[in-house]
Amino acid sequence: MSNANTQPTGVEEEIHYLELDQMIEKEFNNDKENLIMILQAIQRRYNYLPRPALSYVSEKLSIPYSRIYEVSTFYSTFSLEPRGRNIISICTGTACHVRGADRIKEHIETSLKIKDGETTEDKRYTLESVRCIGCCSLGPVVKINEDMHGRIATDEIKNVLNQYE
Amino acid sequence: MNIQSVKDLELIKKEYRLKLNLPDTVKVNIGMASCGIAAGARETFNAAKETFADNDSIDICQTGCIGYCEVEPLVEILAKGKPRVMFKKVTSDKIVDIIHGYMDNDFSDKKIKKHILGQIRDPRSLLEEDMANPQEQVDPIEGIPFLEDIPFFKGQVKIALRNCGYMDPDSIEEYFGKQGYIAFLDALHNAKPQEIITAVKESGLRGRGGGGFPTGIKWATCAKHDGQRSIICNADEGDPGAYMDRSILEGDPHSVIEGMLIAGLAIGSSLGFIYVRNEYPLAVKRLVTAIKQATAYGLLGDNIAGTKFCFKIKISTGAGAFVCGESTALMASLEGKVGRPKAKYVHTVEKGFRDQPTNLNNVETYANVPAIILKGAPWYASFGTDNSKGTKAFSLVGKVRNTGLLEVPMGIPLKDIVFSLGEGLPGKKKFKAVQTGGPSGGCIPEALMDTPVDYQQLASVGSIMGSGGMIVMDENTCMVDVARYFLDFLKDESCGQCNPCREGIKQSLDILTAICEGEGKEGDIELLEELGVMIQRFSLCGLGTAAPNPVLTTIKYFREEYESHIRDKKCKAGVCKNLFMYEIDEDACTGCTICAKKCPQNAITGTKKEPHVLDQDKCIKCGICYDACKFDAIVIK
Ligand SMILES: Cc1cc2nc3c(=O)[nH]c(=O)nc-3n(C[C@H](O)[C@H](O)[C@H](O)COP(=O)(O)O)c2cc1C
Ligand code: SF4
Ligand code: SF4
Ligand code: SF4
Ligand code: FES
Ligand code: FES
Repeated sequence: MSNANTQPTGVEEEIHYLELDQMIEKEFNNDKENLIMILQAIQRRYNYLPRPALSYVSEKLSIPYSRIYEVSTFYSTFSLEPRGRNIISICTGTACHVRGADRIKEHIETSLKIKDGETTEDKRYTLESVRCIGCCSLGPVVKINEDMHGRIATDEIKNVLNQYE
Repeated sequence: MNIQSVKDLELIKKEYRLKLNLPDTVKVNIGMASCGIAAGARETFNAAKETFADNDSIDICQTGCIGYCEVEPLVEILAKGKPRVMFKKVTSDKIVDIIHGYMDNDFSDKKIKKHILGQIRDPRSLLEEDMANPQEQVDPIEGIPFLEDIPFFKGQVKIALRNCGYMDPDSIEEYFGKQGYIAFLDALHNAKPQEIITAVKESGLRGRGGGGFPTGIKWATCAKHDGQRSIICNADEGDPGAYMDRSILEGDPHSVIEGMLIAGLAIGSSLGFIYVRNEYPLAVKRLVTAIKQATAYGLLGDNIAGTKFCFKIKISTGAGAFVCGESTALMASLEGKVGRPKAKYVHTVEKGFRDQPTNLNNVETYANVPAIILKGAPWYASFGTDNSKGTKAFSLVGKVRNTGLLEVPMGIPLKDIVFSLGEGLPGKKKFKAVQTGGPSGGCIPEALMDTPVDYQQLASVGSIMGSGGMIVMDENTCMVDVARYFLDFLKDESCGQCNPCREGIKQSLDILTAICEGEGKEGDIELLEELGVMIQRFSLCGLGTAAPNPVLTTIKYFREEYESHIRDKKCKAGVCKNLFMYEIDEDACTGCTICAKKCPQNAITGTKKEPHVLDQDKCIKCGICYDACKFDAIVIK
């Protein structure tokens, strides 16, 4: 079995199985209905969904792996690949769109040489577009990790990005 | 402590009413919803806390948001016997001076004056008429307007948003102080389920999540079906550009919990679920706190207030799928599955979540319920129009001067919202359209701005009420691009299980993209219309059936823009890059050199005080110069 698709770095992510097991039991009552939230917790912990962790969830909750794969590809917040140290979420919701979010996005794409959903080679940034983070009055909005940068102008992007190592 | 009756509540209410309205200290309320925090409210809060850490006479508090996002961070300061003043744009470097200014009654100092938004005439919500206006005996400050008279607030009637910005969302006691849980406890002890349902029916309340289904009828049908009934709150708020639900959850989470409790009581259910969008971490945090507090007071859990009624609420988060806002998809997602809508041969009120009878309502719908029960159906029905009762919250965003969250009685004309409360467009730009209903809605042109906010009337002009996003567009918004934008959104969000939606959206999008790139052909418009009708008629769920609305309304009202894209290869709004150029108007250019300095391509050259020249070969149409020029010398050709 090849992990080529989910492990492009070639490094097997080290999974802390005991911790994972306890989380599924204690926080999520071993309940299948909580699958989405379990996956979210895994992604918070590892920054993406490592395949071995998904296999473990599959065994533990007796959910076929195919269904876990289905869920992790259906919902847009899940990533099956490791992401960068800094997540740039650019809002492309309607309010930001009419205030020029596309220009901002293009500018980031050309300056970092990545497209939406991709990670820079040095793993410094991942660019993701999101549709509305509920701060429309500050549009166009770029969220980097947990920081919100509102009313951002194309010529400010460089300085803002440089703040994140 | 377990609360047993309204009498228990009254005691706490009395204490907290004093704290909220006639505090012994100077009380500083800082608006701390996501949007305020993004504008710097957290830093403002911390700066104030730090500076006045040892000062017992100043109390720094957090509140939700009064909705005037344009001028965040917002800070209100009050003290017993003094006017309550709301300050705007209070960043961390300003807060200390402003607090001192308030304490010294110094409102004329320039540094403070420019931050004054207004003084509050009456801080009571519509539910608090059992109390005298705490500001009644206070002499207002001369020369400062009342907040209620400022354009953004004039004409607003707040029912769903009644407490947002006026209390600490992390304090259940303050919610008690604002009449919280009285409606529920009163109904629990004194009303039959049928009476609650009748009240909701008679209030005329319709679902605020977009569809506008009468809430009372939904409750009544759900109650009729036997089984393990569930009460679900839809907080998926997927319409990009709408954030009413976020603001309610962040500013007044207990109002939603109380609404759900009343629904549980009326329908006969002990299971509550709130499905929150993944992008709203602060809303989740405030809900978790609120549920813990309500449980500690015995308002959630088993045998509530010594009765047989039990009710628990679980919070689940979404994971970024717009279609999960649709009722059957949401229920599948709650079950831990992918969110693919089901055909509704059997309604969810009969067989929904876990195949049991399920009542699903939107956040704002639930937030209205306690008000209806407390004040009575006729009171609620006295607002609004014949078929649209009550009030509706909107997020007014886009190219409008006063962006923010507002709540108005149904029936007021769209133009009042945009031009009176919103004060029109910033700068000299011309209004083009307002978009309501998000990806399922339509664009309403200037000529139809007299249309009132009303379910039927909005539908008659090809749009929908939707969940409440209202996006203002100006002459720099290209309507073909807007249609393309929504289809691009829906192409990503379609669950893909039915052909008309999956393929129809993709084909329409390809045509629109070609038009925007200058490859449009004669006959494209007609093809889009034909495809639109097909998608509307044959898609399985609401995502598909409403998907063509943005395309069809823009064609209906802005056909000439499509035609000029296709025939003249021109985008007059300056959005579609292949279809316009920036040029410098020699007569208008003052040679200020700003554009030349800012252009990332060094495409603009010229000497100081001389008209500049723009090299089309180098220009990438980033628009930086267009935005930067103060003399309107850069023009779209
Ligand atoms: C594609 C799609 C997305 C929807 N998104 C939402 C949403 O984000 N929030 C919401 O309350 N209702 C949404 N709805 C409407 C719900 O299906 C449902 O009608 C509503 O939540 C019922 O509550 P109400 O009667 O109180 O409005 C959506 C519907 C569709 C078809
Ligand atoms: S209309 Fe679209 S979103 Fe709805 S079920 Fe069909 S494919 Fe899925
Ligand atoms: S649009 Fe951008 S690239 Fe073109 S001239 Fe203006 S600033 Fe330079
Ligand atoms: S910014 Fe405007 S006025 Fe100034 S040099 Fe450029 S075009 Fe001329
Ligand atoms: S559209 Fe960008 S934050 Fe809402
Ligand atoms: S600042 Fe409060 S909702 Fe925008």
